[in-house]
Amino acid sequence: MGFLGSLNQERIVFAIAVAIFVVAALTLPGFFTADNLVAIVRSVSVLGILALGMAIIVIGRGIDLSMVAVMAMSVAWYLQMLGNGMSDGAALGLALAGVVAIGFANGFLVAYAEVPAIFVTLASASFVYGLVRSQLIGSDAVPVPPGHWVAELGALRLADVPVEVFVFAGLALAAFVFLRFTKWGRYVYYAGDNPAAARNVGMPVRPMLVLRYVLSSLVAFAAGILTAGSLQSMNTRVVNSPQLYDIVLVTVIGGIGLAGGKGGVRNVLIGAALIGIMLNAMTILDIPLLYQNLIKSAILLAAIIFDGVLNPRDEQTAQQGDI
Amino acid sequence: MKTLLKTALMTAAAAGFLGAATLPAAALDDPGPAAYSAALKGKKVMLVPLSMGFDLAQGWTAFLKREIDAFGGTLETRDPNWSAEAGAQAITEAISSAEKPDVLIVMSPDLNSYSKLLKKAQQAGIYVILVDNPANFKADVYTGSDWTQLGRLEAEAVVKGCGEGSSKKIGLVQGDQVNATSLFQYAGIMEVLAKYPDFQVVAKPDSNWDATTSRNVTTTMLQQNPDICGIIDFWDGDATGAAAAIRDAGLQDKVYLVTTGGGEKTADCDRLEDGTYDAVVMTDLAHESSDMVAMIKYLLQSGQAPGTSSAYLYTLLKATTKADLTPGTCWDLQALQALQAAAK
Repeated sequence: MGFLGSLNQERIVFAIAVAIFVVAALTLPGFFTADNLVAIVRSVSVLGILALGMAIIVIGRGIDLSMVAVMAMSVAWYLQMLGNGMSDGAALGLALAGVVAIGFANGFLVAYAEVPAIFVTLASASFVYGLVRSQLIGSDAVPVPPGHWVAELGALRLADVPVEVFVFAGLALAAFVFLRFTKWGRYVYYAGDNPAAARNVGMPVRPMLVLRYVLSSLVAFAAGILTAGSLQSMNTRVVNSPQLYDIVLVTVIGGIGLAGGKGGVRNVLIGAALIGIMLNAMTILDIPLLYQNLIKSAILLAAIIFDGVLNPRDEQTAQQGDI
Repeated sequence: MKTLLKTALMTAAAAGFLGAATLPAAALDDPGPAAYSAALKGKKVMLVPLSMGFDLAQGWTAFLKREIDAFGGTLETRDPNWSAEAGAQAITEAISSAEKPDVLIVMSPDLNSYSKLLKKAQQAGIYVILVDNPANFKADVYTGSDWTQLGRLEAEAVVKGCGEGSSKKIGLVQGDQVNATSLFQYAGIMEVLAKYPDFQVVAKPDSNWDATTSRNVTTTMLQQNPDICGIIDFWDGDATGAAAAIRDAGLQDKVYLVTTGGGEKTADCDRLEDGTYDAVVMTDLAHESSDMVAMIKYLLQSGQAPGTSSAYLYTLLKATTKADLTPGTCWDLQALQALQAAAK
């Protein structure tokens, strides 16, 4: 049990990711090439960026289900304002103000009105989608105006690597430094592990909570700008897609517990790597999407069951507030 | 409602008959308008597309509204926002409401979801028109694309676009494995490619109609087969993703990208103009909407019970390239909406 006992969910998922990678590299022609490796990282960059924002929320024992809605609708609104001929500064200012306002409202309701985060953000997701879709934009997809900086950003390559990869790496580093080395970053863990105790020792638990939701909204906006840049448009249909579940999946599969207080940026990177490698290998094998979903969920379920068997829940130290 | 409709129709018929009988005396008394008005005035038409948020649905609404307002009827729309459940609920409510619609125009999300509901609607005395997405159900009329033919046209376009000296390797970016538009399109493509045995399909991933997925699978496809000469993406709603992958790989001049769409200016013609797409098989929106209007007018005057006929009115399809573009090739959603706003 010595070796097996040292396996936690993070290590299991990492081992699965490495195993799939090795098998794919040996058997699939064209998998282990520089171009394909860049493509793998790129394909999970936006997802990974969103998962970083989600991770900060989840570690603080919360969840933000409004991220995809904020991502799609804020950028769609921004592009619509540009299309209507507004100046770039004014449009960007308004869009950012809207994003911060939603994050602030989420955080305020969770922190001060003490409504469970899952309900607050579920409601604000619908609110943001409904308001922007019905009042502010004309159709599902809003194109990026030709020649605009968002389009140029999407076409930007540094040493043949798309810009999303660098943004993902940069934000991962920033999130790592924030969580590991700043006072408020450390507080996130304490507040997530035991909010009442954190408050009793004098941490500003509530203002910090508000800050985290504002951060996740801003991260969502950044992810939206990258998506729009790459596709030259923002399609708001993504709000109805399973992308939100993928974000939660990438966040928790690497070992960040939904109960809060555990995990870090490394877990997000492992989760993103597993999803990226799996999807890429299955696409090379030309496996239909229905089977891809089945295979993906089977592997994830296996990892969770394996972890459950090896590391059974300890009722004495298990926390309140599991989702 | 059914009996009321019958009475109205019989009265109309009787009025028409009398009118015809007295025609020689009055000379200028045309019986048509009275019959037309008696059958159509105050009739309610309801449109349930997959979503109101995309070009075709907004185009249909604009065309239908103009015609239906003109004969004194009302047009209502429901927006299921891409959810089959929300659409089913809208249809259920329409059937059970006191103010039942007389004609229901439905865009089905897949072959089977609405089949039973739509049969119920017909039994409740509502004419059902299926638009653009076929379903396993005997609608009073289907108006829209023949998706198999659409696939054939796409395949012909890509074969021509690749040309003789090319690698003859083709990639497909399908939609999904449940929607009739995706399945029939695939069948049409494969039927044509069977005639060109030296052409081969090297990959056929699904995009799930999502542009980001389309980009990712196309990126992989191009890396695995850098010598691909043509790609067919099954919808212009996600083909921007395939186009982005081709652009990223620097292969715009080498890969011929074919897709299909509703012929809206910013979605299709502008993209042909700037080289994002090389050919688009377009639906002729004006004619498709006219077909719907004609069938509404015909069915409401026919006196036949809903479910009696089951006709297919296929819209003319054409693969359009940059060389074929004229100012009138596409319709302009913004202009149409501006026109509507001005009419209000």
